[in-house]
Amino acid sequence: MSALLTIRNVSKNFGGFAALSDVSLAVAEGERFGLIGPNGSGKTTLINCVSGLLRNDRGSILFAGEELSRLPAYQRTRRGIARSFQVPRPFHTMTVLENLLVPSAYVGHLKDADAEARAMEILGRIGLAQKAAAHTSELSQVELRKLELARAMAAGPKLLISDEAMAGLAGKEVDEVLAILFKLNESGITIIMIEHIMQAVMRFSQRVICLDAGRIICEGTPAAIVQNPEVQKAYLGA
Amino acid sequence: MKFWLGAAVVAAALVATAAFVNYEYFFFAGYTVLMFVVLATAWNILGGYAGYVNFGTPAFFGLGVYSAAVLYKATAAPLAVQIALAAVMAGLLGFGAGLLTLRLRGIFFAIATIALTVIMQTVFINWRYAGGATGLQLLRPAPIAPFESYIKMLFLVMAIVAIGSVAIARYIERSWVGRGLRAIRDSEEAAEASGVPTLKLKLVACTISGALMGAAGAPMPMYLSYIEPASTFSLNYAVGALASPMIGGTAHWLGPVIGAVLLSSLQQIVTVTVSNEMNVLLVGALLVVFIVAAPEGILGLVRRILPRR
Repeated sequence: MSALLTIRNVSKNFGGFAALSDVSLAVAEGERFGLIGPNGSGKTTLINCVSGLLRNDRGSILFAGEELSRLPAYQRTRRGIARSFQVPRPFHTMTVLENLLVPSAYVGHLKDADAEARAMEILGRIGLAQKAAAHTSELSQVELRKLELARAMAAGPKLLISDEAMAGLAGKEVDEVLAILFKLNESGITIIMIEHIMQAVMRFSQRVICLDAGRIICEGTPAAIVQNPEVQKAYLGA
Repeated sequence: MKFWLGAAVVAAALVATAAFVNYEYFFFAGYTVLMFVVLATAWNILGGYAGYVNFGTPAFFGLGVYSAAVLYKATAAPLAVQIALAAVMAGLLGFGAGLLTLRLRGIFFAIATIALTVIMQTVFINWRYAGGATGLQLLRPAPIAPFESYIKMLFLVMAIVAIGSVAIARYIERSWVGRGLRAIRDSEEAAEASGVPTLKLKLVACTISGALMGAAGAPMPMYLSYIEPASTFSLNYAVGALASPMIGGTAHWLGPVIGAVLLSSLQQIVTVTVSNEMNVLLVGALLVVFIVAAPEGILGLVRRILPRR
């Protein structure tokens, strides 16, 4: 499999604090990729650099062979990188359906009727079709998480970055979100999962990277990662 | 279609009023009410739809006033040309100011827009050709036929500008631009991550908003026959333009219209019956009441009371 996303020597500083130091990794097309690490390890900073909400200070980010580092976030979304947010950020003055019409209009450039049909199809796949007309204030926590994924899907991504989509969810709800992510991956979408729920990461990921203090400390299969002494020390509390 | 029918009815009613009412003060006050409809509608494009609170209304309005006045002094150009130039100049100011300030958010953006007003006022205080600090006296030309009264003519000109402004705001609200601006207001990061070119859209909104505010200012030199920087760049324009959508509702094009008609009419009544100073107190009191009791304005209150269809 060829690399869809290649990150080379990416660094990001906030003043004197090095949030990312020389991070390099590659994610293959169609891969299910896990990103773990303790709080403050740089996971969200890294995906903010990939999605364009932050600019990396050094290094390069290649997506399908194209350098992204100087592109604004919306251009990266249009090239096929979509993301969900750790804390759900729905467009709260809109209905669930209208939330999906935003990326449909700006990325897919679809006319209203086509955009609505596509949005309803995505909501059906995600399990939110019956809530299409609801306002976001009427949604439960798991529904808000699903809406984040649905909105990202409406941008028609090649790469979906799921930033702690299961945070704060109970066991059955975690399974629901996980099932959605598996389904999306089966449809050909490459997925980077950032998660603290280790069982979910283990079940989902084909390959995992562990970050600590802005550096990659280990890379491998989920089974190898949990056996790694550095990961155990930094993250798993051994 | 319903909108244009309504606009035609309003326009016809205003023309009929101008034809049959001969009380000049009515048109003098009515002009101000319509001017605030334009200012509030223009403010709402950036402040209401995109959520960027702009205190710089006097800068755009004042540039419109002075562009028209200087053009008239230099060339005696007709009013329509003055309005067009004022809109272009204020639109350019909106674009330039947007480039410099729209990366700021919240209170920082608001402070930058206040600074813009101070800068513009300082420029015109120091421009002798435009009258400097002492102001510029202008002689009105004769009204254009069939008008016999210049104030009546200005009233109808402002009515056309108001209807045009509302039509533009409504178009923006219902288009993909409006959807993008709403997304920006709700979450700028999520909007950008959804493919919305946030900076470009904010620039478009700032330019159009500025242009409409400039157009609202253009007839002012002829309305007063005299302009000077202190009153032209008064923060009262900022307060009125901001308070009207807050009172009427920011989410819909009708909100600023309702708010401006109510607030400006009340202000005119208070000015005549009580005192001019009471205006500001009235605006302040109404703002407090609406922010506490109806944060989504009159339209939000109506939506809450009436069941959803």
